[in-house]
Amino acid sequence: MSGAPATTVRAPGLDVERIRAEFPILARTVNGRPLVYLDNAATAQKPHAVIDTISSYYRTINANIHRGVHHLSVKATDGYEQARRTMQRFLGAARPEEIIFVRSATEGINLVAQTWGRANLRQDDEVLITHLEHHSNIVPWQILCEQTGARLVVAPINDAGEVIQDEFRALLNERTKIAAFAHVSNALGTINPVKAMIEAAHNAGAKVLIDGAQAAPHLAIDVRDLGADFYVVTGHKMFGPTGIGVVWGRHELLEQMPPYQGGGEMILSVTFEKTIYNKVPHKFEAGTPHIAGAIGLGAAAKWLMDVGLDRVAAHEHDLLEYGTARLTEIPGVTIIGTAAEKASILSFTIDGVHPHDAGTILDQDGIAVRTGHHCAQPVMERFGIDATVRASLALYNTKREIDALVEGVRKVIEVFG
Amino acid sequence: MDMSELYQELILDHNKRPRNRRIMESPDRTAEGFNPLCGDRVTVYVHMDDAGRVSEITFEGSGCAISTASASLMTEAVKGMKREQIEALAARFHDEVTGVPAPGGANGNIKLGKLEALAGVKKYPARVKCATLAWHTLKAALADRQEIVSTE
Repeated sequence: MSGAPATTVRAPGLDVERIRAEFPILARTVNGRPLVYLDNAATAQKPHAVIDTISSYYRTINANIHRGVHHLSVKATDGYEQARRTMQRFLGAARPEEIIFVRSATEGINLVAQTWGRANLRQDDEVLITHLEHHSNIVPWQILCEQTGARLVVAPINDAGEVIQDEFRALLNERTKIAAFAHVSNALGTINPVKAMIEAAHNAGAKVLIDGAQAAPHLAIDVRDLGADFYVVTGHKMFGPTGIGVVWGRHELLEQMPPYQGGGEMILSVTFEKTIYNKVPHKFEAGTPHIAGAIGLGAAAKWLMDVGLDRVAAHEHDLLEYGTARLTEIPGVTIIGTAAEKASILSFTIDGVHPHDAGTILDQDGIAVRTGHHCAQPVMERFGIDATVRASLALYNTKREIDALVEGVRKVIEVFG
Repeated sequence: MDMSELYQELILDHNKRPRNRRIMESPDRTAEGFNPLCGDRVTVYVHMDDAGRVSEITFEGSGCAISTASASLMTEAVKGMKREQIEALAARFHDEVTGVPAPGGANGNIKLGKLEALAGVKKYPARVKCATLAWHTLKAALADRQEIVSTE
């Protein structure tokens, strides 16, 4: 073997410059500086593939779906149902009917709470969530608990921002009807060990909903491998349009659930005496849906699968390690959320500087970050802070951009020094 | 844009060493303000004298440099004023930080003094509420309104 270099088989990495070229907004400047977009956990930018698909839909096949016999209606229906099959593939679902289009991950959680939840929860039952949830995975369950007399139970997190697994398992019991938790935390970046948590919940006889809003742009998702009962995602965080999201649910559960909203599309026949509901998934899609949005989301999912989520995860992991090391070098900077398994979110505080002041100064250099509580006030309270600066990275971000952030943070400290 | 226009020395100073930041025992008037968008909180405490003037004013809370400095500067500016004077000054200040040109008539003649330091905020629409939170809260305290003041 002498002289032969050691070789390891490795998938080719992401060609980030080529990917950046697919996002027209990344070419713009802000305050005279190249845009450094680090607010991807709030919403991600859109590639040509998505923008052009939506534009083409309106320019060439716009029509209402599932009713007209005319050419455009058939084309629009095909596009919409094709998007459903793309999302089936994206999530690893068994059947396309398990994909329900909704407005957002938030609406998806509300749908499950108000249909499955209202039908199955009783006085003194329990809903188990975790301390790292986004408000959208807290409030719908609080509403459900108020309606049914069930109790909301919260599994604690440790100082790294990880759900304490022993405590989570200890809180599961025969009264737990559903456990709902994030795949990836929006405020801390923690990746929950969802497969093990689902198994534990199932062993206690509970159903499981996973909030995948922050996972979809970063990780390959396979709902059957995970074994979940419900999984929700939103389009705009995975490079698709706003106003569209998906609830995936196991078919037999969806069949048993009452409808969410009443109206057109969700019915087979209506008389004043009796209405017969349509089949799954249409039972849950009352009214004319966001057709262009669904088709745009399908384009985003296909684009992401073509890029390859494993390669995305590897690139983002490099960025996260680099960003963590660079930020930690700065005296006074503390990273909030240091889970062993973590997605590319860098939430941090700067001694003596309020995050909003940091955000304004960074913005002057074209750097877009989120500052505030990130719709996760219980997380902030857990760490004894009001807010953080959050840089959330996506597949198109670069080490150069992290350098710009680091330079910006040093400037912030200089102003407030 | 030059950051020193927004973060003037006076603002940085009042952020670092806020004046009159303490809880007041048994105030005559008090109100709590909250900006739900960013989580900034401020409580304003007021003592009034027999002539209806603010004889003492303090604040407590947590927030960014703009909201802390604004509350601090406000307590210095309104001491000794009657409610009507404070409301006129608040209106003038609000116009200044939202970029409304000074009107003719009485309000236009009101001098902002040190409060001018916050005029840079008008170029940062996302930050205007940071500057006005303390003032909304003081107005609520003077009006003896009980509910928490919200910027939204």
